This record gives sequence, C-alpha cells and structure tokens, in this order.
Amino acid sequence: MNAPVLKPRQPKDYATDQEVRWCPGCGDYAILKAVQRTLADIAADPARTVFVSGIGCAARFPYYIETYGFHTIHGRAPAVATGIKLANPELDVWVVGGDGDMLSIGGNHLMHALRRNVDLTILLFNNEIYGLTKGQYSPTSRIGTRSPSTPGGSIDRPVSALRLALGAGARFVARGIDTQQKVLPDILKRAHAHKGTALVEIIQNCIVYNDGAFAGFTDRAVEADAQIHVEHGAPLLFGKDRRKGLRLAAGGLAIEAVSLDEEGVEEGQILIHDQTNAMLATLLAMLEPPMPVAVGVLFDSPAPTYDAAVRAQEETERARAGTPDLNALLRRGPTWTMPG
Amino acid sequence: MVSVGAGVEIAEETRSRTSLESVVVRFAGDSGDGIQVVGGRFTLATAIGGSDLATFPDFPAEIRAPTGTTFGVSAFQINFGARRIRTIGDAPDVLVALNPAALKVNLADLPRGATIILDGGSFKERDLKKAGFAGDPRHDGTLAGYRVVDIDISDLTKKATASTGLSSREQLRCKNFWSLGLVLWMFDRPREPILAWLKQRFAKQPEVAEANSLALNAGHALGETAELGPLPAFKVGPAPIEAGLYRTVTGHEALAFGLVDGARKAGLRMVFCSYPITPASALLHHLAGMKAFGVTTFQAEDEIAAACAALGASYAGSIGVTSSSGPGIALKTETIGLAIGAELPLVVVNSQRAGPSTGMPTKTEQSDLYQAVFGRNADSPLVVLAAATPADCFVMAREAIRLAVHHMTPVMLLTDGFLANASEPWLIPDLDATPAFPVRFRAEPEGYQPFARDGRGVRDWVKPGTPGLEHRIGGIERDALSGNISYDPANHQRMTEARWDKVLAVADDIPEQEVEQGETSGRLAVVGWGSTYGPIARAVTTLRDRGQSVSHIHLRHLWPLPRNLGELLRGFEHILVPEMNKGQLVTILRNEYLVPAQSLSKVTGKPFTIHEVEDAMTAALGISS
Ligand SMILES: Cc1ncc(C[n+]2csc(CCOP(=O)(O)OP(=O)(O)O)c2C)c(N)n1
Ligand code: SF4
Ligand SMILES: [Mg+2]
Repeated sequence: MNAPVLKPRQPKDYATDQEVRWCPGCGDYAILKAVQRTLADIAADPARTVFVSGIGCAARFPYYIETYGFHTIHGRAPAVATGIKLANPELDVWVVGGDGDMLSIGGNHLMHALRRNVDLTILLFNNEIYGLTKGQYSPTSRIGTRSPSTPGGSIDRPVSALRLALGAGARFVARGIDTQQKVLPDILKRAHAHKGTALVEIIQNCIVYNDGAFAGFTDRAVEADAQIHVEHGAPLLFGKDRRKGLRLAAGGLAIEAVSLDEEGVEEGQILIHDQTNAMLATLLAMLEPPMPVAVGVLFDSPAPTYDAAVRAQEETERARAGTPDLNALLRRGPTWTMPG
Repeated sequence: MVSVGAGVEIAEETRSRTSLESVVVRFAGDSGDGIQVVGGRFTLATAIGGSDLATFPDFPAEIRAPTGTTFGVSAFQINFGARRIRTIGDAPDVLVALNPAALKVNLADLPRGATIILDGGSFKERDLKKAGFAGDPRHDGTLAGYRVVDIDISDLTKKATASTGLSSREQLRCKNFWSLGLVLWMFDRPREPILAWLKQRFAKQPEVAEANSLALNAGHALGETAELGPLPAFKVGPAPIEAGLYRTVTGHEALAFGLVDGARKAGLRMVFCSYPITPASALLHHLAGMKAFGVTTFQAEDEIAAACAALGASYAGSIGVTSSSGPGIALKTETIGLAIGAELPLVVVNSQRAGPSTGMPTKTEQSDLYQAVFGRNADSPLVVLAAATPADCFVMAREAIRLAVHHMTPVMLLTDGFLANASEPWLIPDLDATPAFPVRFRAEPEGYQPFARDGRGVRDWVKPGTPGLEHRIGGIERDALSGNISYDPANHQRMTEARWDKVLAVADDIPEQEVEQGETSGRLAVVGWGSTYGPIARAVTTLRDRGQSVSHIHLRHLWPLPRNLGELLRGFEHILVPEMNKGQLVTILRNEYLVPAQSLSKVTGKPFTIHEVEDAMTAALGISS
C-alpha cells in the first residue's frame, strides 16, 4: 500500500470554523497557534488525529482544531484517551487540560496514564487558577493566592506538575511557555515524536483571574536570567550572554546557579543536560524562582508503551489459542446430552 | 442416632430407594475444606443423570477466616429434581457438615426432619469451642428431630488414603471427596465422571488424584455396605428437559460469553474496562481469560476511569463495556451522562448487591432499579435490561450490545449477586443460528452532520481515522445538526426531546411482553424482574396446579418498557410485584400505567423463598394458603 501523499499543510488548515471564545489576551490563543503550527510542521493527518480534553477554559481546545475531537468531563480526559488507544492504537491522541482538570479532579488519571505509559501527548495548561469557574485558586496556586474561595490567601502548598509526573514514572517531561512561539512548537514536536506518555506543562497566563502570575520569569526584561532552556548534550547555561550556568553544589546533591565570571567558576563545572537522566530531570523540575525556571525537554527516555504491550499480549494469546471459536469454547469442559 | 466408627460392621445389603420429585442438598464446611469443589462435582454428576438443577455457592465474607470458626464456613447448595427446577430450594433436605461451625451456621435453615451428615471426627472439644457450641450438639438435644448420620469421616478418609504415602494432613484434605462419595451413593449418582475429572485436574499430581479417588470410592462403599439404619437412599429421576447438549453455567460465565458473542455479532472489538468489586469482579476475570476472542480487558485505576476508558473505546469504534456493582456504578454516573449526551454506545453491567454504601457486598439485592432508570442528573434516559436467570445472562448481554450499537445509547444491564454466582444447566446454543447484527460505520463525507438522525432518531457512528469526517463532540449541549456547542434555548428543548424519543423508540426494536406462565388476563399477575424469576415461576406453577387464575409476567426490558405491557397488566384484577428492594418496579408500573400494583418487598440479602411468594399470592387472591 502506498503511503497517502500529504500536501504541505499550513497552521490554518488545522483551524475549525468555530469562533474562539477565550478572553481577549488569554494565553490559550498563543498555545492554540503553537499547536496548529506544530501540526502543520509534522503534517499531521487530521483523520488520524484526535484531541481529547476535560473541562475548563483550556479544555475547550478540541473545538478549535480541525481533527477529531472529544470534549469530555472534568478531569477524565486521560482515562478516555486511554480507552481510545486501547480501541485503536493507530490513532494519534493528544490530551489537553488545565491545572485543575489534570492535577486536582483528574490527578489520579494523569498519574496512571503516566505510569502505564499510554502513547499520548498530554498538554497541561498551567495558569495556577480555575479559569472557567471564575478564578478560584487551584492546586498549583502558590501559597497566599487570593481568590474568591481564599479571600485571606490560600494556605495549602502547591503541587509541581513535572515533579508529580516524574514521580509517577513519566518517560517524557517538558515545560513550555505560551508566548514563546519559537520554542513551544519545537517542544511540542519532541513530545509528539516520543512514543509513550509525553507530558508538557505549558505556562499559561490567565489575563482575567491570574494576570502576571508568571511575570517573575516570563517578562521580557527578566526572562534571560529567570529561565534556563535545556538542551540534550549542551551545557546548562543561561543569562543574556549565557555567562550563567548550573553546577552541582559542593558537598550535597543539589544544583546551584553560578556566574562564569565569578571567581573559582570554570566552564567544566557546568552540568551538561542529559535528558535520559531522571535524577537530573528531577533536580531541574525543582528549580523555582529565584532559581531559573527550566524550559524545554527535561526528560526523554522511551520505554515500551502500554497500548502496544496490551496488543502484544492479545496476539500471543491468539497465537497460542489458534482461531478463536466461541462455539467450541462453550462446548469445552464437562457437557452432557439430554435425550429429551 | 447411629455412630459409624472405624470398626464398623459391614453388611451386604441392597437397600430400596425412596423416589423423590426434588431434593435440596447443602454441603458445608470450613473454607479450606474444598466445599465448592465437591459442590461443583456433585452438580455435574447430578446433571449427567438427567435431573434439572439449580445451585448457589455461599462463600464466607472473610478472605482467610481462622479454621473452624463460624465466619470461615463455606457452603454450596443444590436443588435437583425429576421436574423443572426453578430455585435453589427454600431449605435443605440434606446437610453435609464437615465441622461443628458448618453445623452451627446452617442449622437455623434446616427444617425438622432433615438429614444431617456430619464428620464426628471433627467434633472434638476444641472444635466445638471454636464454633461457639457450649456442649456437644450431638448429645445435648440440639439435634433432636433431625435424622443425624454421625460418621468419623476424618478417620475413614485417612484410612482410605493411607496407602498413598501422603502426609496425614494431606490425607485429611480428601474428606470432601469422601463425603461426596457417600452423597453420590445416597442419590445413586455415577462416580465415573468425577474420577475422570480428578485424573485430569490433578494430572501433574497423580498422588493427589489417587488419594481423592480412594476417598471418593471409600465414601461410596460405606453407603453401599455399611449397616447404617438411618442412612437414607433416594432416587431422583430425570426431568423433562429439552433434548440437546448441556453444560452448567453461572451468571457471570454466561455474561462473559454473551458479551463476546454480542461483540462478534456486531463485528466489533470489545474493550472491557472495570475496577474490582464484589460481586462484579468475576466478569473481569472471565473476560481477561478470553483475550484470543477479540476482547481487550483493562483494569482501570477506579470506576470512573473504567467507564471513561470504555466510552473512549466506543468513541474510537469498538464496543466499550464497563462493569461494577452499585457503589461503582454511582461513580460511573457522570460518564454515563456523557455517553447519553454524546450519543455513543456503552454497555454498563451492574451486578447489584445489598446497600446503601458498602452495604453487604456478598449478599444479593435488586435495589438499583431506580439508579438505572432515573439515577442521573438532568433528563438522561438510557436503556435498562435485566437478566432473569444465570443462562438468561447470555441472551441479555448480547441484547445489551445489540441495542447499544444500533441505537447509539448507553445500556445498563442489571444482574445481581445471586445470578452472578448461581448456576444451572444450559442448553448450549448454536451461536451461528442467531443472526449477526453488524454495525455500519459511516464513511461518506458527503452531507455529514454529526447529530443528524435517521428515522429512529439515531445518529451515525463515525470512527476516528475516517478521512473527511473529522468533527468535534462533547458534553456541552450540541447543536442538533453540527454538534458544535450550542446554548440556544430551542435547540436544548429539541435535543432533550430527541434523546428521550430515541430511547423510547427502542421499544420498537424489542419483543412485546410475553406471559411466562398462564393466561394473558385473569385474577392475578405476578410481575417480576431479575433473579426473582425462580421463586415466582415455582409459586405460580403451584397455584396454577391448584386451579388458580394466576399468571407470571417477567420483565427483561425495563426501560423502555415493552409496548403492550400496559394493556397486558390492565387485563388482571390484581398485580403483585415481588422485588428484593423497597418497591421500585412497582412504582414505575404504577406511574407508567396507573395500575393498582402491589409490592412484595424483601431486603434480607437473600432471595425470596417460594413460600413467601405463594403466601403473598394467596393473600392477594383472598384464599387460604
Ligand atoms: C464534575 C465537575 N466538577 C466541577 C466542575 C466545574 N469546573 C469546570 S472547569 C473547573 C476548573 C477549571 O480549572 P482548570 O482545569 O485549571 O482549567 P482553566 O479553566 O483554568 O483552563 C471546574 C471546577 C465541572 N465542570 N465538573
Ligand atoms: S478566564 Fe483566564 S484562562 Fe479562561 S479564557 Fe479567560 S483568560 Fe483564559
Ligand atoms: Mg487553570
């Protein structure tokens, strides 16, 4: 069979006729753009692509992508997507949801999709707030977040999406930022290319209920010093002139940020990013301001996928059992004949 | 009372056997005694003799209760006869008790005059104490009025198996087969199929097969030769059963076969997603062993995920099936709502148990009918079916898949803890004799509208992967044609009606309600659903034999109800609805048809006895029972 000839695609080929209903200025627009660009770049076959989402502002996503789409219920998209892959592993399944969707009500399903390693590309839009329900604090909100449900400031500690993912045994973990239109599509392409569950946390600004929550590391003025873009095999350098870097702190299993201009700091001390090293990925995932926030692919170490293993086991069974014959199965074991 | 010890007198004697129309035997012992195994073997020997039968296992609720305690007692009951057998029998005629605890637990169920065969060897002081007996029930009058056969089964088993060289503990483990041998003799049942089974089952441990065979033969020989005054001997002849090839089947086995056959007939892969819960888990276990038959099984992280994964599978063009019991079904509710809104097929099997909350997991009830028919937020209709007998689970499971895929709707199939575990002889169907009902997925892009409907109100099923049919659906109200998000008031009215009408139209695709027994009009209709089938059927037969104008109507399609049901019910002066709940079907019938249906309610965690139904019937008829 010949592979279908795909004509070059444009991001707009992946846009639906539906009016996009996010608030003007919402970070979701930029993510939509980056995803459509990614789909065009990888020439995704719309017929074989499925976007599955939960509920929330983020989860409206499938309505705006010209592929198959299933907008399900709050928190359950990873479970629905798992069923889709069990039915048809050939489909290219993307999962989209917010921080509340995937880390609060659906935290359990996210964890199990990750540990099973179902072949899914999961995009978690983290705006550190419940957007759709009008601004309550979320499980990623920082302590002290004032919201309609926490007028005195939130008091519970937030969860880190990436550390949770690594803890659950994720084999691909990355972070992107909504506005970085050059960087984000590359991260998404990497996630998509990974066989198994790929989790991408996308930092997303909710302009209405949590505006500027990430300004401390996303503002133009500070981003060079406040972010570190990690790349496999390259030294972990950051800063305007890439004169800052990460090295192991003396005497402990910790990372410290240093300047190459400091006394006693040498290039050779700077850590080289190894995306197959789960321990390094964990250390990078732990970086929070005032340390630079890690952006890019922190961990990528493929392992057999659940959906493929399920099929393989079924094939083995079929090979062992021969042609399935239900009539024969019913007649196996003790039977008797009644003369009537 | 007669004691038979090791030095028993043996006399050559051929006894005359009493003929019985039907008899109820209960095997009971410690959960480690292998009660279920001998129950299953006795069932087979009985079936081969041509009797009709029904069986029910009663497992202890505890996983590993301490040996010899009352909460570690396991039992297996069989009712068999030379007539059609409808129930497991109201009360045992014969109890085999392999330890004092088994006697203690089961004595209350025994009517006076019943026969008790007990292992006198296990009635030592320590055993009695563990079972909670103050004295020895054999000698303190506790067993007065029963026919007691007190045999040192333990000792006789050890003697019979001594030649095998097995340890004394291992020898003792054969006492279940020793007892079985004796019971086989009592009822004149063949040993050969069991000896053959032992050989096959323990092919890798020939010494175990040998020891159990020796024990079985010894128990049988004792019956044949011992001077046992009160050891009764019976004859139970063959029942008038349809000719053909039979096997026994439990409700859960039948469900598994029916689902697989249904998926096969629909031409679909089945993706079965579940989370363990009593008494539903057995279905997951059966299907997990059927992977070669186009079945994918998925043990999800919880019931929500199980329902969601099943729905995802249906969305992707397989038939998604999920299964649980009441508490788990409650968790699936939101997903079922999504299936209703997105109009996707989904089969939900509910093996009901006593509730609310955790309730009594191992005890049976049919109190989830409201949950099935009404138990969701909003106007959320779906199709509800119920299986009546273990074998009926096969037919109804297949029916659930047929209706789900051809009407693009979730279907809830109700069984219960009793049906799931009970077994009965099953005339093995020729699967190829029932027509297939293949699904036709839409592939033509021309004019496609995701929520356009055919004449039955059913939308097209499109498999992702089909070029040109890309579309978006979801839980937010959908435009009546495009499926795009719509908050339009008129559209919501229209879609609510459409979902409702679509499910009601399923009534055109199901059989009209038949009358199980009796005329289509008369003085009293007993209307049942689910596992009350057996006691109702038998009670109705009894009263009809007494010349009463009574009929049995048994519902398998509970929503929508069969088209002719209202008219049928109106033909009766009285309507009695026995249910193992506080009266759920009865209110639905009153509501739908404004008929004066009366409820007969029982919620003890146990099935109705025939007498309970008979008594309610005679009361309704105003005659003496
Ligand atoms: C079962 C259920 N509970 C609650 C809700 C209400 N709800 C909808 S979205 C949402 C939270 C959304 O937050 P998030 O997932 O972070 O998405 P965002 O809107 O921020 O993109 C909640 C609580 C719901 N739809 N369903
Ligand atoms: S509420 Fe916030 S997240 Fe939601 S659309 Fe508006 S800006 Fe975006
Ligand atoms: Mg959010």
